[in-house]
Amino acid sequence: MNAAERSAASGGPPVAVERAFREERAGILATLIRHVGDFQLAEDAVQDAFAAAVATWPRDGVPSNPGAWITTVARRRAIDRLRRTRSLADRTDRLAELARLDAQEHPPVTEDSLVVDDRLRLIFTCCHPALAMPARVALTLRVLGGLTTAEVARAFVVSEPTMGKRIVRAKRKIADAHIPYRVPPDDELPDRLDGVLRVVYLIYNEGYSASEGDRLVRGELCAEAIRLGRLLSRLMPDDAEALGLLALMLLNDARRSARVDDAGRYLALDEQDRSRWDLGRIREGKRMLEAATRLRRPGSYQLQAAITALHVEPANRNDTDWAQIAKLYEVLARVSPSPVVEVNRAVAVAFASGAQSGLELLAPLLEDPRLEQYQPLHAAHAELLRRVKDSAGAARAYERAIALSANAVERTELEGRLQALDSR
Amino acid sequence: MSRYMLLLYRGEQGPQSPAERAAEMPLWNELQESLRDAGLLIAGDPLHGVDTATTVRVRNDETEIVDGPFAVTKEFLAGYYLLECADLDEALKQAARVPLAQYGSVEVRPVMDMGAPATAGEQAAAAT
Repeated sequence: MNAAERSAASGGPPVAVERAFREERAGILATLIRHVGDFQLAEDAVQDAFAAAVATWPRDGVPSNPGAWITTVARRRAIDRLRRTRSLADRTDRLAELARLDAQEHPPVTEDSLVVDDRLRLIFTCCHPALAMPARVALTLRVLGGLTTAEVARAFVVSEPTMGKRIVRAKRKIADAHIPYRVPPDDELPDRLDGVLRVVYLIYNEGYSASEGDRLVRGELCAEAIRLGRLLSRLMPDDAEALGLLALMLLNDARRSARVDDAGRYLALDEQDRSRWDLGRIREGKRMLEAATRLRRPGSYQLQAAITALHVEPANRNDTDWAQIAKLYEVLARVSPSPVVEVNRAVAVAFASGAQSGLELLAPLLEDPRLEQYQPLHAAHAELLRRVKDSAGAARAYERAIALSANAVERTELEGRLQALDSR
Repeated sequence: MSRYMLLLYRGEQGPQSPAERAAEMPLWNELQESLRDAGLLIAGDPLHGVDTATTVRVRNDETEIVDGPFAVTKEFLAGYYLLECADLDEALKQAARVPLAQYGSVEVRPVMDMGAPATAGEQAAAAT
């Protein structure tokens, strides 16, 4: 089902198709992949089934169980496609299995655990380390998120044919290299799950940072990432970091619409209209964070979520617990050391113990050649210099940050601060 | 089961002298034996150096024979294994056990199965 078909979908049956597409497609696809043993074939068959739903539901009415209808039609299409395929090593076995499933008058209610396993398998296949990161992201959005190729292309600001090729190439590698369709064994699971969480967080950040591209599609990326995060935390309720990532995304997302004012101007945390924060998201995020903390396996996503939770805590912005935030950043810098964390830590320390202490932490970072092009470092440097009344130094740092800014909204904000400096 | 070619590339890192190579031999023997015992090994050999390579091209019926490897790069093909594995994960796991992986690179390539009919995946991919 493509975007045109979906946008044409407005009214009773089309809404049902839309809902089935969003909510059930990934699960149906995941199960069919297990039955036919072929990613591309299963996807084509599910695509056919949704096209059939678009064509027939408005005429014949919405079936009582849309998901089961789609599953049955997809299975039959898969049989057709398998028969048309001139040769396939294990075609006979596959066909026999599909025919057996199809012959059951009342297909047994698929066990929940089985469906859960299928979806997990699919996630691990899409996020396999043998695929390039852009391909993992694209495939995950396309296959599990149910975005069209055109939508994925728009979100990543590449042409549709380019994105189409990227996805086709990834699927071909899955088939030709026999990337397994399974949840990795226990010894590989932690590493592989890290990789899956990274893909989901990357999708979220791509939507959240909005450095370029269509803002509407970007919002959709955030929504998809959160949906995937919910799915993962449901499928792996004992994994603290999966819950931590979901908490982190929810708590960030609560502030997404408050980050830009009506004129499109970027707002720092302390300037945001707190009444525009999404309280539902904050509550859910905190609940997830608590659930994660109870598992007593701390990790980087949980720490980041805890920091974000402190930011959204006080009704009065002057009550933010910066000392606690600085402490959490210190732990985070130990758990997953990165210059980016160090910059954030310096800013938190500046709020907790004064701009001078923050500047001392920034000093070694400003010497780090890897951070020469890192815009937030120079923006933070400028801000702290301004607070210690070093106007000349602040102006130089603002200019540097402006030159490095890829985001128009952010650039305008920095230019405003630079001018405010001059007019003093 | 699928076949995978493990292409072993190395550069200037790793053992150079005969003594250093000899010291590494037990690791290779151990790998070779365990691959054979697991029934994964189809073939595997080290190759003579790049200075023994000859490259052949036929263009417009003219055979061109050039002394040297296909491409002169810092890393060169030093050997190979041909394995029969359940899936890519197993092939990658074996690749990581190759002693050369510590200082060189092991490229894992699925081998096309020309004996058996094409898979539906191949056909679908070819059709797009």
